[in-house]
Amino acid sequence: MSSIRLSAAEMGAALAKGEITSVELTNQHFDRIAEVDTAVHAFLHLDKEGALAQAKSVDAKRAAGEKLGPIAGVPLALKDVLTQKGIPTTCGSKMLEGWRPPYDSGVVTKLKDAGVVILGKTNMDEFAMGSSTENSAYGPTHNPWDLTRIPGGSGGGSSASLAAFEAPLAIGTDTGGSIRQPAAVTGTVGVKPTYGGVSRYGLVAFSSSLDQAGPCARTVLDTALLHEAIAGHDPRDSTSINSPVPQVVAAAKRLDVKGMKIGVVKEISGEGFQAGVRTRFEESLQLLVEAGAEIVEVSCPNFDYALAAYYLIAPSEASSNLARFDSMRYGIRVGDDGNRGAEEVMNLTRQVGFGREVKRRIILGTYALSSGYYDAYYGSAQKVRTLIKRDFEAAFTKADVLVSPTAPTTAFKIGEKSDDPLAMYLNDIATIPVNMAGIGGMSLPCGLAPEDGLPVGFQIMSPVMQDDLMYRVGGTLEAALNSKWGHTLISQIPDLQVR
Amino acid sequence: MGSHFDLADPRFAGALVALNFAQAMEKYEPTLGLEVHVELNTNSKMFCSCATEFGGSPNTQTCPVCLGLPGALPVVNAKAIESTILIGLALNCSIAPYSRFARKNYFYPDMPKNFQTSQYDEPICVNGYLDVEIDTDEGPAKFRIEIERVHMEEDTGKSLHVGGSTGRIHGAEYSLLDYNRAGIPLVEIVTKIVPGTGKYAPQVARAYVTELRDILRSLGVSDVKMEQGSLRCDANVSLAPMGSGKLGTRSETKNVNSLRSVERALFGEIERQANRLENGERVVQETRHFLEDTGLTRPGRSKEQAEDYRYFPEPDLVPVTPDAKWIAELRTKLPEKPSTRRKRLQTEWNVPDKEMTALINAELLDVVEETIALGAEPTRARTWWLGEISRLANEKEVEPTSLISSANLAEIIALIASGELTDKLARQVVEGVINGEGSPADVIAKRGLKVVSDDSALMVAIEAAIAAQPDTAERIRGGNIPAAGALIGAVMKATGGAADAAKVRELLLKHLGQA
Amino acid sequence: MAAISRDDVAHLARLARIEMSAEELDHMASELDVILGAVARVQEVAGQDVPPTSHPLPMTNIFRADVVKPSLTNEEALSGAPAKVEERFKVPQILGEAE
Repeated sequence: MSSIRLSAAEMGAALAKGEITSVELTNQHFDRIAEVDTAVHAFLHLDKEGALAQAKSVDAKRAAGEKLGPIAGVPLALKDVLTQKGIPTTCGSKMLEGWRPPYDSGVVTKLKDAGVVILGKTNMDEFAMGSSTENSAYGPTHNPWDLTRIPGGSGGGSSASLAAFEAPLAIGTDTGGSIRQPAAVTGTVGVKPTYGGVSRYGLVAFSSSLDQAGPCARTVLDTALLHEAIAGHDPRDSTSINSPVPQVVAAAKRLDVKGMKIGVVKEISGEGFQAGVRTRFEESLQLLVEAGAEIVEVSCPNFDYALAAYYLIAPSEASSNLARFDSMRYGIRVGDDGNRGAEEVMNLTRQVGFGREVKRRIILGTYALSSGYYDAYYGSAQKVRTLIKRDFEAAFTKADVLVSPTAPTTAFKIGEKSDDPLAMYLNDIATIPVNMAGIGGMSLPCGLAPEDGLPVGFQIMSPVMQDDLMYRVGGTLEAALNSKWGHTLISQIPDLQVR
Repeated sequence: MGSHFDLADPRFAGALVALNFAQAMEKYEPTLGLEVHVELNTNSKMFCSCATEFGGSPNTQTCPVCLGLPGALPVVNAKAIESTILIGLALNCSIAPYSRFARKNYFYPDMPKNFQTSQYDEPICVNGYLDVEIDTDEGPAKFRIEIERVHMEEDTGKSLHVGGSTGRIHGAEYSLLDYNRAGIPLVEIVTKIVPGTGKYAPQVARAYVTELRDILRSLGVSDVKMEQGSLRCDANVSLAPMGSGKLGTRSETKNVNSLRSVERALFGEIERQANRLENGERVVQETRHFLEDTGLTRPGRSKEQAEDYRYFPEPDLVPVTPDAKWIAELRTKLPEKPSTRRKRLQTEWNVPDKEMTALINAELLDVVEETIALGAEPTRARTWWLGEISRLANEKEVEPTSLISSANLAEIIALIASGELTDKLARQVVEGVINGEGSPADVIAKRGLKVVSDDSALMVAIEAAIAAQPDTAERIRGGNIPAAGALIGAVMKATGGAADAAKVRELLLKHLGQA
Repeated sequence: MAAISRDDVAHLARLARIEMSAEELDHMASELDVILGAVARVQEVAGQDVPPTSHPLPMTNIFRADVVKPSLTNEEALSGAPAKVEERFKVPQILGEAE
């Protein structure tokens, strides 16, 4: 009997009891991947050898009586933007085709230490730029709820792998919503920790002051277990917080929001969003009230400028972060026929190695930082960032957490928005403010939209370094919803075509 | 220094006027600007823990950070911050309570990230000054050079150009890169514009870099060897017509690899610019390269467009906010200023200006101080280093300090003081030590160099000398003391210089009844 | 009036070292024009008295001790190199000059 539909916590418990070995569990997941991934395309690379070696090692330790962590031996899918030594890391780009990093990222080191089994690398929008995974140089990932639809982005591969039961745990990264929005449209859970909560060492940078790696899973508790495994100070990352890891597992299990104030942010409360998204959001608010919380309305007027500021700051930092891809030291090299100089080879390589969206953002970022335009664009955007932080600070004096629908729509069709950059950017309208202020954000499934039967995500935002609050509210809401439905949301996903 | 320009030189065909430096300085006023880069001597690099040792096998002192691999992140070296603050304090700067790193964005293969992590509008030290003294027609003159800023950045890798006939960049078939040097901490010291130096501009510049080097050396923060690249100078100069009150267009000269080159480069640049202006041509704002062999500068490769560095605050690093307590602590670590030390030593040793200047120019101050510290009598220490050792060094075309150690010389001087060696014998011992015959004691033993001060042995030689020059001896008996010199000389010659001359004189005069 | 012209994009592409065909330049210019139109609104609220934020969290003085740790081996450092000669990265001829 396949255990792939269990939660990670349940798998961990089964492993601890000796009901199953990690090797068996890992093989079950590789079997599942073989069955469905041709259709889903969540993975870019599978590391059977490494995964089974790790699984074997964990089994041996357990057999020897060692006390292991709650997710030791549990499989995981890793977004292809994090380095894993000796394993291909492409960041969804042609530029890094075939590149095998000589070092492990901080996240991977922590995962290995926790005994987690890394199955492989998942698909993503190129260099994390996108909201649909359509910008991958290796083809899109398909939403397991409806294979003609996007799984969200940039971390569509990770969230799809969860929804397709190819892995019970996944790591994503979130710069403007790239963990949360895919979680919303695939009916899974995803968290962006407080900025600095998880090491960025080995996280290929898109926008350094916004990027954050985070846990993804099918349940809030699983997400919490993974969060505790990967969070913590890394002296190799100067922006890493040097504080104890927040007690998110305990918070996720608390199932109690009595007396908490839940702030609905007027500017991102659903006006202009898909009707079904608003409906499910408001129903969830009601459940929280029934659980003893108080809903308050807050206004963050500067959120109206968040998208604009983000699409100046992120491309600016990206234009600088991606300058290193010049074919000199690693990555592909184009046009080096012996007759061309280094600069020309750089130019040609970057023309071929980068996709449209990446080039667009590099040019936009170069412009925003350039002499004469810095003050009007990048400089102004950084000021908007201050205003957004102040809005959050003011709001958090009135509420313990803030909430909103995660995304304005459910999963759209592949190809529907790929020719309209602005329309694509609007997918992040509710998630972006969180990254701008560096606070924590979670998305959990809150139902299916009545008009299309597709998952809707509920976003919870907690103050800086108080990630436990979003797990407390998220865990409670999830339990209330499951109770109301009589089942979990993900259990309702239609069966994928089994080959 | 004479002018470089020969009117017969075909380069000047068609020139209406040609000025030499002196003439140029009668018509134009120079304004200087100096940028000095210092490579710090920290154990590890600026942003990562790779070793900074010079001469390692290529690409064996690199890591994801200094290679700029995807995903790598910088972490600031605390010692580098400390060294930079010390430099700022020594240059009388204010230490910024809040300073930040910034990215300087441009593409070049020796720069792994294609941006340099540096500092832009929030440098760590600002508004200092350095006083220098030069010799002018009217005697010594002081100049105060104001310092705009001192900031931190990182060094680049090294490229080797292969193929092509000249071995220089143009015409090379490919290039090879070694990133061992990439990421080594650099401190950049930038002066404010320096007006009012007139014809002394080249000397002032040289004096500034010299004094700066001495300060950095005394702080112990860098090897400051210009020939090895741990101290680099870019010299900026512009000319304006005398009395115009305006500023001209400046040029920047790089590849200035010695103190002398600083002076020569500015001398040549001033002449070049003056001649352009005299002939009605503009001075182009550009970067030029100093050519050691001719003392002239050539233009760098002209860029189509000026580079736009698109500076923005480095998001991977957090601000540096040194607190007052830390700065006060570092201030106590400041060593004596070189200029203060020089004055102190001059007073202690009671040395006239001319000799002091000679010692400073010959860079013998440190070794003389060392030799004295080891017990040598001060005047002898100075005289030996400035005299005999320097003479030998010039002959062999090496540095005096490379010939003999202060310890060995101090030992030899001590033997002179105790009377066991005469000056003449001592010179032979020095020669022996330099030739590698061993320590002073070894040389003395091997060569049998010992002062003869045994009275009876000396008397034998004295009587022989008297016998050979009876008339001279008679004159001495008659009261002509100076005549003793000839006999003393004869005794010295006979003993191969091993006699103690003072003793010989004493014995001789006594013997001849003139004690 | 376009906020950004084809020539502007060509200049930026040069700065960013990305070769672009005429068609790519045109396409990029029109797309960026639209995007710039949408993001320019940050100027509306970016008043003089608002300080910019470049770091989400107010950390300062993060340093490491000046201690040497093992580097990558030469093989590891060169492992991704498109071309190498002995122990060095081989790159096409560099025509410009270092800063």
